[in-house]
Amino acid sequence: MLGRPLLRTSYEADMALFPSVTQRVVFALFLLFLVAIPFFAPGTIGESGSLPGPTFLGTSDWLRLLVTLGIYAIGALGLNILTGLAGQVSLGHAFFMAVGAYTAAVFGSPQGPLWGLGLPIWIWLPMAGIVPAILGTLIAPAAVRVRGLYLAVVTLGLVFIGEYLWRNLDFITGGSQSGRTFPALEFRFWQEEEAVLSMTEPATWFGVLNMSPTAKTYLFVLVLTAVMALVAKNLQRTRTGRAFMAIRDRDVAAEVMGVDEFRTKTLAFAISSFYAGIAGALLATFIGRTIPEQWNLNMSVEFIAIILIGGIGTVTGTLLGSAFVIILPRLVADLTQLGERLVREGGTWATILDPLVSTGSGDWGLVNTSAGVAPGLSVDQLNLVIYGVLIIGFLIFEPLGLYGIWLRIRNYWKGWPFTY
Amino acid sequence: MNGRGQGSPLLEVKDIRLSFKGVKAIDGVSFEVYPGELFAIIGPNGAGKTSIFNCLNQVYRPQEGDILWKGQSIMGLKPNRTAELGIARTFQNIALYPHMTVVENILTGRHIRMDTGWLSNALWLGRARRAEVEHRLRVEEIIDFLEIEQWRKHPVGLLPYGVQKRVELGRALAMDPELLLLDEPVAGMNLEETEDMARFILDIQDELGIAMILVEHDMGLVMDIADRVMVVDFGRRIAIGPPAEVQRNPDVIKAYLGEETGAASDRAQPVG
Repeated sequence: MLGRPLLRTSYEADMALFPSVTQRVVFALFLLFLVAIPFFAPGTIGESGSLPGPTFLGTSDWLRLLVTLGIYAIGALGLNILTGLAGQVSLGHAFFMAVGAYTAAVFGSPQGPLWGLGLPIWIWLPMAGIVPAILGTLIAPAAVRVRGLYLAVVTLGLVFIGEYLWRNLDFITGGSQSGRTFPALEFRFWQEEEAVLSMTEPATWFGVLNMSPTAKTYLFVLVLTAVMALVAKNLQRTRTGRAFMAIRDRDVAAEVMGVDEFRTKTLAFAISSFYAGIAGALLATFIGRTIPEQWNLNMSVEFIAIILIGGIGTVTGTLLGSAFVIILPRLVADLTQLGERLVREGGTWATILDPLVSTGSGDWGLVNTSAGVAPGLSVDQLNLVIYGVLIIGFLIFEPLGLYGIWLRIRNYWKGWPFTY
Repeated sequence: MNGRGQGSPLLEVKDIRLSFKGVKAIDGVSFEVYPGELFAIIGPNGAGKTSIFNCLNQVYRPQEGDILWKGQSIMGLKPNRTAELGIARTFQNIALYPHMTVVENILTGRHIRMDTGWLSNALWLGRARRAEVEHRLRVEEIIDFLEIEQWRKHPVGLLPYGVQKRVELGRALAMDPELLLLDEPVAGMNLEETEDMARFILDIQDELGIAMILVEHDMGLVMDIADRVMVVDFGRRIAIGPPAEVQRNPDVIKAYLGEETGAASDRAQPVG
């Protein structure tokens, strides 16, 4: 095998996720990097401080962003199965996420003024996926009868029905005023006092590693995201995924080939809702307290943006898209702040950046950091503009999204220095 | 030759009628297809040939008449059930899945012959893995049979038309059908591609023993390879029999070439 690493001698080798040695090594290194990220934080190791090396991603601020990224990636993987593979455009993702979140709350939170059963995580987290999946299966018969734009409108309706429901089911959701808290990420066998593993308390592992709550949550979400991504990939490359794609590409032909359209679409809804529910539950527990209005259309659109920008119908693309959509606003905000500082300090940079960044009410600029005071767009507004431009741009120029760009770069270097 | 055209009929179509809001697409057509037979349906454009196909796999539901598969009525079944019974088809305007590769496209034909559930697929359990490999083997046999090895990993949307037609035939073959419906398999092909396709069709009949119904406008091909021919016009059967016999039928000649005199007839009226 050493002599010809690209020679495949079995169909199993041909179907492998990472067929070449290089791919396997690079992927393993990348995973290792992801696992190592929280250990770069100052104070992670013993008393003395961090592991030697970069600490750029170690501050808990950035780590929180990465946790959000992982959670969004799980949700986006679900939408990718429904919209990317099975071709059913859904704007109702936020609805199923909310169902997951409130299911988690009912099963996992202790009984208080609001409903709660106080069960451990190994019950409430799976239930947060299963209940939305059942609901998705029940709703699917209404949804599989309509296609394309009409389906988008039907699922859009779900979000609004959901918002109404959550506002009025205040014994579960806490209502619009106060919202409710969600179960903490703690492992218990049953309802015993002391948690086996708590992701809300700092701890010291192996006597040397100081783990902050965020660091532990990060590792937990990382594992979950990896498992969910693997499952999504497995679905895609087997009989189930092919049935989804067949329905997406040519529904009549797929039926004539023996694919049950109704069953397949229902399954896609159920699996997608499962992912959404898990993501919703994790997001809610991570944020800690949410109000019903959080699960709105904006959230659904964010997920559509993730799969469109990342590359529709691909797992890699969905992960890339999640990273992009979650990290971009933070980068925009940071860069705006940096720009503002440079403008205040004066010098060459100030001259260049002055028309772009507004520093106060008297100074005109494209973007400002003090919303409502200075002229120009706020950072949030600028983010919306950037999303919009990116979605339109990708739809027109690169329908395969970031994944498509990656493919082109890869193919260029594959053939380098030849043109093809 | 392996007893083709013998025994009890595989498929019996009994006086089916299909109309769309008053437009009669099929107006009482009956025929039988026997195991291993190569049966051709010809007729002018709009005669109802493709509609007959759509009735056979229940994409359309005829309002009257009956369709029997091995003596059992298939009327009212879902299209995917007819596929499971053993009726496969190709389409006039290629209906492959353009974003999937050749292997994946043909593997979708194996869908009904695989029994792995979504859960074992999602977890890539041993069962799912074995099934994928086992059915991939069958797909490779078909790829070999149709001589499309070199395009194996290409997305079919990017392949030339003639190759796409072959892939579509492969996808239908992957279903291990007993009856194969071929809707204009050589439409738009040049002579060489047509001859290749004719060879594949004859090989399917001889080596695999699959019965076929062929809808085709290429008269030369039909008359050369079909065992029996049915001619339809305006949704009605106007002739049925061996090619040589059908060719001499005066009604057929009339339908294709028009009448010698300018006498008023159904054909002379403008068709809406």
